[in-house]
Amino acid sequence: MLSVQMIYGLAGVLLFTFALRVALSQVAFLRRVLAINVAGAGLFLVFISAAYKGAGQPADPVPHALVLTGIVVAFSATALAIALARRLHRPSDDD
Amino acid sequence: MIDALIWVILIPLLGGLVAVLFPRIAGITGILSTAGMVFACLVLIKLVADSGPQVYLVGGWSAGLGISLYADGLSSLFLLMTAMIALAVSIYASSYFRQSHLRLHYWPLWLLLLSALSALLLASDLFNIYVTLELLGISAVALTALDGKRPAVEAAVRYLVLGLLGSLGFLAGVALLYAAYGSLDLATLATRIQPGAASWAAAALMTAGLMIKTALFPMHFWLPPAHANAPAPVSAALSALVVKAAFYLVLRLWLDLFGVSLSGGVSTLIGLLGAAAVLWGSWCALQAERLKVLAAYSTVAQIGYLFIFLALILEMPVGIPRDEAIAGLMLMALSHGFAKSAFFLSTGIIQQRQGHDRIKELAGAVQGMPVTTFTLALAGIALIGLPISGAFLGKWQLIDGALYLHDWLLALVVLAGSLLASAYIFRVLGQAFGNSPYPTKVLSIGMQEIPAMVLALIATLVLGLASGPIWPFLEVTVMSGRAGM
Repeated sequence: MLSVQMIYGLAGVLLFTFALRVALSQVAFLRRVLAINVAGAGLFLVFISAAYKGAGQPADPVPHALVLTGIVVAFSATALAIALARRLHRPSDDD
Repeated sequence: MIDALIWVILIPLLGGLVAVLFPRIAGITGILSTAGMVFACLVLIKLVADSGPQVYLVGGWSAGLGISLYADGLSSLFLLMTAMIALAVSIYASSYFRQSHLRLHYWPLWLLLLSALSALLLASDLFNIYVTLELLGISAVALTALDGKRPAVEAAVRYLVLGLLGSLGFLAGVALLYAAYGSLDLATLATRIQPGAASWAAAALMTAGLMIKTALFPMHFWLPPAHANAPAPVSAALSALVVKAAFYLVLRLWLDLFGVSLSGGVSTLIGLLGAAAVLWGSWCALQAERLKVLAAYSTVAQIGYLFIFLALILEMPVGIPRDEAIAGLMLMALSHGFAKSAFFLSTGIIQQRQGHDRIKELAGAVQGMPVTTFTLALAGIALIGLPISGAFLGKWQLIDGALYLHDWLLALVVLAGSLLASAYIFRVLGQAFGNSPYPTKVLSIGMQEIPAMVLALIATLVLGLASGPIWPFLEVTVMSGRAGM
């Protein structure tokens, strides 16, 4: 018998595994960066499902705070990755 | 006085802000902030030596709710090494980037990197470790791409993607541990952790993620291009400090958290990967055509030694041989940090002076740059692990430990690695001591040569000859750790 929490947790693990598989295979750079983001989202889902403490119980606030921080970190890393990729595709003007 | 803990993080952070706001005084700010870090670390070491591990609750919030910082012998020694190397690199960089527009971007990123490093070494819960690991990774990637040329940006992109994969692995482990044990605080987790599927999966994911970040063979391939294409002060920091920070985390996790309940087959695997890294890294260093590539592969090999050490320590029962092995490991990590930064800084001087760093065309270096060549030789002594250097004592402990466990194969690998290391170092020195057909006059840049030489002297003489007084402190580094709390 799967509880709701288990379903969310397992979905997160599956998302992480699939995305990691894509990120590790030889694909275009942008797909890789997206895959890393999806894998991150899978992990956030696992975190959030760990916060559930049963019906009627207040959820554990710690994972929510962590996930918020995690999203900010993932966002800045993605921004840096895309900035660097743009730099690579720009016609060279310095050498 | 306990504020030394927070100051180590705050000083470079504030320095970085000043460097952004007032680029004109960025260089002097960098030197002053790193000098401040050295002072704060010395205060911290004194506190730890006198009264044991230090804890600081940021904003007064208790652990579990707020962020707590924790310093014991292990972290304070790594911090002191970081601060000292950072000071030398800053003095060097203020002269290296004098005529370059790169300094505008270098100083803020460099100080941010230092702040992230200090925060990582002092973090005491898994999520803050993750955040500082990402901060460190992002600032390191930005520094790698500093000169904006194509090879550097390509190396930086690869470094970033692999770094992100590494952090994801780490974060997955953190999620599993939190779901299973309901805590992120290392000390609390250490008391709750049980052998089981969740712990094993978390240990595997976190270790694999960190192995990418320390560039342990076979996940080392991103390191040589990234470290060889960055400007010299950046390569020095990446090789000596950033890679070492990820290794510090491996050490912390296995000694404090997983080692208690899990081990067994893991140590064999770690030892094998370490041995492969030593042989492969040294072999590639021997083939390298450029000095910086050689230094980068030598880092791959040196990380291998540290992992062999870890494998032996995990197999040893608690007792005096284990403590001595841990002290040896620390000594080896510290002397590699000092020696490798000195090596990269000297390479930078040669590169700026000659316009290239091709090993075959080094002839005459000793005539034109006697101090730099001397520094290269000193750093080389520490990298090979010849007597009087700190690395010699470390390697001695390593072989001693391998023989204690009757692990002849690992002892042989260590000896073979040292032989290969002397081959690649003497290959460089042989070229450098050759006579140049066009004699050059001696030109000395004290601001660059002196910091590099001081680092090399610390690696060989201070950590070697004067390790007597440090040894007891090295031995208690981990004994006074969380297990006893």
